[in-house]
Amino acid sequence: MSVTYIDAIREAQAKLLREDPRVFLYGQDIATFGGAFKATKGLAEEFPGRVYDAPISEDAMIGLAVGAAIEGMRPIVEMQFADFSSVAFNQIVNQAATHFYRTGVPVPLTVRLPSGGTPGSGPFHSQSMESIYAHYPGLVVLTPATVTDAYHMLLDGVALDDPVIYCEHKFLYRWLKAKSINGEHLPIGQARITRPGKHATVVAYSAMVHEAIRAADRLQEEGGWEIEVVDLRSVKPLDMDTVLASVARTGRLLAVGEAFPWGGVTAEVVARVAAEGFHLLDAPPMRLNARDTPVPYHPKLWAAHRPTPESIAVAIRQLLSF
Amino acid sequence: MNSGSLAFRVPELDVKPFADEAFLNRDYLRAAFRSMLRARVLENKLSSLYKAGKIVGGVYLGRGQEAVSACLGAALIQGKDFFAPLIRDQAGRDAFGEPMIDCTRTYLGSVLGPMRGRDGNIHRGRPKNGMPAMISHLGAQVSLVAGMLFAKRQKGELAGVVGATCIGDGATSTGAFHEGLNLAAMEKLPLVIVIANNQFAYSTPTDRQFACRDLVEKARGYGVAGHVVDGTDLLACASVIGNAVKRAREGGGPQMIVAHLLRLSGHGEHDDGSYVPDTLKAGHYGRDCLEIAIQQLVAQGYATAEEIQTWQDETAEEVQRAVAQAQQEPTPDPFTEDWRALSTRFS
Repeated sequence: MSVTYIDAIREAQAKLLREDPRVFLYGQDIATFGGAFKATKGLAEEFPGRVYDAPISEDAMIGLAVGAAIEGMRPIVEMQFADFSSVAFNQIVNQAATHFYRTGVPVPLTVRLPSGGTPGSGPFHSQSMESIYAHYPGLVVLTPATVTDAYHMLLDGVALDDPVIYCEHKFLYRWLKAKSINGEHLPIGQARITRPGKHATVVAYSAMVHEAIRAADRLQEEGGWEIEVVDLRSVKPLDMDTVLASVARTGRLLAVGEAFPWGGVTAEVVARVAAEGFHLLDAPPMRLNARDTPVPYHPKLWAAHRPTPESIAVAIRQLLSF
Repeated sequence: MNSGSLAFRVPELDVKPFADEAFLNRDYLRAAFRSMLRARVLENKLSSLYKAGKIVGGVYLGRGQEAVSACLGAALIQGKDFFAPLIRDQAGRDAFGEPMIDCTRTYLGSVLGPMRGRDGNIHRGRPKNGMPAMISHLGAQVSLVAGMLFAKRQKGELAGVVGATCIGDGATSTGAFHEGLNLAAMEKLPLVIVIANNQFAYSTPTDRQFACRDLVEKARGYGVAGHVVDGTDLLACASVIGNAVKRAREGGGPQMIVAHLLRLSGHGEHDDGSYVPDTLKAGHYGRDCLEIAIQQLVAQGYATAEEIQTWQDETAEEVQRAVAQAQQEPTPDPFTEDWRALSTRFS
């Protein structure tokens, strides 16, 4: 008996609907159909009047959620794909994100973003938007990489009084399994050392945690290198204490992300380590991201667009050889 | 520079008053008119303060739109309804119950105001009192009000509640307007949207904004009840807007009112509005709704000229007090400001 990453997301929503009358779900095709990825399968039947099909109006979906949150509800909005949240960008960054600072009234809403690439999905069903939203003040941005985190971080995110961008990785939906959803429960804002090591630190989040672990395993096999992998879990807030403590042990840093390379989470991590922990570094800190093109359709191109265990291993070798 | 060749879309109105004339009553008309007057007196003062360099940023007046705005605000019930005003709704804000000091404190940057210097001018509100604070991106409040109503429905508290918002002719071109109104109609929410067609979006005339004959034609497309009113006519506004609110309150679904009028100022006080043709200013919609309202109230016996003068004098004093108080209050201090955008305090 195992639980998948998407099972965890569904179970978290079921628990929220069961236990908190303020929660409702709003999104395209999420009611009877159960969602494009079945993250809400059966919930409309189990919780009548709590799960709604939305019109194809991402802007209005978030506007509705902000208004409902002002009035005391805890809406969870499913964007069918993270990519489509660009249509709701204004409501997210200007309406939701500014609301507490401007008015003193928090808007507790959660936007679920099915994120990241899968083979064949192409430029408009593959994007990783976490860096975009993390850039704006007033948003919490979560990037769970494990089944347990997918479950607990959705529960914990909905419990926050602030707007939460919950980036769930589509590649992990059915591929990632665990024995139970009740693994180690860390609070939002705390990173996890997924794989301890001493020769270099790889900071990753979301699906890239698993690619980084594979790369670390290879380096272990080929040279006995002990690579530490840090899973950020939430990119905002960003747990620099854990990252800096790791770099203090290893002296070397590689930040890996699936998003586009200009700016973003990996740039932020490297910039902060360089600024706050320059004396800890034995080698120039490195970044590895997707390529600076739209996400390509063909599986062969897609696999070479994002960081892979191979490309991460190449980067780690370079880092170790300095 | 403005030729007469611009095809201004100022229709001849065929306003059919609602059969129910419940809103043509003394109390409602006097309340709406007093808010019109209070808005005008206050905004004249704000304009002077701006020109004297006492207000940083912009000043945006509702001159020419007071009848429309006040009739909406006066038809709503604070503590029960929602009202998301836009740029030119000082009169509606006042009628809904916003204290004048909220306005002067926000314009003058008092830290004691609802926005505490973090936002200014018309970007103010008290969301927990049913008045959200607008963002500058036009159309964005439509779905937000729909969401407030949706929450009421989820809580089983929607009966008899109305959510209203105002918008201009320019904002009807936004995607947010379309998405929000379509969603509100699909959800069958008691949303009232008042479109002030004031002929210009900043400087852009309506023939560069839309191609339909009259914006009210859009109501049919959304499945929303549509109404047209002469926005310079207080009695017409009272009848049409008041009754549209009543219909929404009684379960008649979303209502759209298109009020035709002319903006009697620039976009803001930095703008002299010189692009508005004289022919338009001299036409029917160039007339001042406040002057028309005074004539109507006196002629119909709803108020006397002496009463109106007294109200004006009282308002002038109240404005002086509200400005003086806000000017004496502390402005924000960057050293003690809480520079945090989240309410959550992560350890």
